[in-house]
Amino acid sequence: MSETFDDKEPDDVYEKEPVNSACGLHCLKIKDLSVRAGEDTIIENINMHIHCGRLTAIIGRNGAGKTTLIKAILGEIKHGGSIEFTDLKNRTLEDLKVGYVPQHFNIDKNTPVSVYDMFAGYISRMPVFFKKSKKVYDYIKKQLSMFDAQDLIDKRVCDLSGGEVQRVLLAVAITPIPNLLLLDEPVSGIDRNGMELFYKNIRMLKEKFDLAIIMVSHDFDFVSKYADNVILLDKTILKEGSFEEVSGSEDFLKIFGRDYNEYTL
Amino acid sequence: MNTLYEIMEKVLPFSWMEYNFMKNALLAVILITPLFGILGTMIVNNRMAFFSDALGHSALTGIALGAVLGIADTDISMIIYAIIFAVLLNYIKRKKTLSTDTLISVFSSFSMAIGLVFLSKGGNFSKYSSLLLGDILSISAQEIRLLGIVFILTLLYWFFFFNKLNSVALNTSLARSKSIKADLVEASFCILIAVIVMLSIKWVGILIINALLTLPAAASRNISSNMREYHLFSVLVSVFSGITGLILSFYLGTATGPTVVIIAALMFFITMILGNIKNR
Repeated sequence: MSETFDDKEPDDVYEKEPVNSACGLHCLKIKDLSVRAGEDTIIENINMHIHCGRLTAIIGRNGAGKTTLIKAILGEIKHGGSIEFTDLKNRTLEDLKVGYVPQHFNIDKNTPVSVYDMFAGYISRMPVFFKKSKKVYDYIKKQLSMFDAQDLIDKRVCDLSGGEVQRVLLAVAITPIPNLLLLDEPVSGIDRNGMELFYKNIRMLKEKFDLAIIMVSHDFDFVSKYADNVILLDKTILKEGSFEEVSGSEDFLKIFGRDYNEYTL
Repeated sequence: MNTLYEIMEKVLPFSWMEYNFMKNALLAVILITPLFGILGTMIVNNRMAFFSDALGHSALTGIALGAVLGIADTDISMIIYAIIFAVLLNYIKRKKTLSTDTLISVFSSFSMAIGLVFLSKGGNFSKYSSLLLGDILSISAQEIRLLGIVFILTLLYWFFFFNKLNSVALNTSLARSKSIKADLVEASFCILIAVIVMLSIKWVGILIINALLTLPAAASRNISSNMREYHLFSVLVSVFSGITGLILSFYLGTATGPTVVIIAALMFFITMILGNIKNR
């Protein structure tokens, strides 16, 4: 269940709670996951072990089923197989808190939703059309400041640049601190500087809160630098391991046509 | 009720206020317009204008069904049919097949045509034609009370569920990741619209109820940058158009509903110009 924000003092989740509380030495086991649409199989035989404090990157060509896998983990689509979440406190899948940063956050131009409106909508019981709660406002500013986005709080979401939206969504995803952070190609449409900042933030989150992170990415530069574990997906898991192992494999060559080293300029 | 009338006469000592039917109409307008202003915010944000339009048209079918099934109070059959229709449309919309708007158009036309065929059989349609334009001047005190209850219930729903509704509207996957039951929230909103549209359609009219739902919110969108402004201006435009339209229609002898819509549309153009000036 998501935490709701009543008008009490906000929990300073990352000052009072010890660093390991979000992790609790948990892991996510994905067993034999499959997604079918009618006669077609989109993904099958997916077996993954996601530990906290590790960043797992999922790479693959377009149409390999990466977003489908994310949607299955989110519980948005029906899937075969099972997803188990265990931790020392013996909580179950329902207790799994997921932070999700979608690939596209489509919002119409001129939509009168400010960053505060969107953020508060997820964490506060006070309806955002009514009045701004100072406590919530200050709390949101604090969360946004983790990613240097505090000045965006009163801007309309539709007026933000791609990089600004991603920083805001990241702040939303970690409020409250989740067990699992799911990022679906989060840097599409962001400039080089924005990307560096974003990756640094991800690493900071991973180290500070010991989150388990699953990230779908096309950016091999990033994957080689930041991922602890890489999974090459094409309907099923073709190869898993470190980036060197995966990028050197035959399957990688078959899919991407050439050696990784040719990608770097 | 009579004390309310006396207060109204004292506060607004105009000649048109002498008539009870005008007092009733004014009360109805004061209840309906802010309601539509509020609902309209999410209808326009979610691009659901087609939806409320289809619902409006389904009113005749609901009545026809009631008549065919021998239900005495066709209001009830109208509401039940509208709820079923709304849930069905929402289901189609969620399936996100490529031909969503075509499919909805087909269902909507089919539904409306069935209603029209039934009701016009034997050449008796003229008794339903008041539904097309609406007849706010014939509202009774009892019906005003019902509107009052609906108004309060809607405000409660809005207060407790707006944040979830807005989150689902922005991005459904993200809302689900925050443990919001997106399907329930969407379905409940559709049902709410269905009920309110059916309860007000007799007064506002099938032909323009959708305009009243969408124009004030659309006008507000031109000049708002956050949810508080959006709601405030939408309600202001809606109430202003409603009251001005009512009074104008009294003096000009025109149907109230369309008169209100013209004013609301003018407000939209004004705010559009204002919005452009602000953005430059």
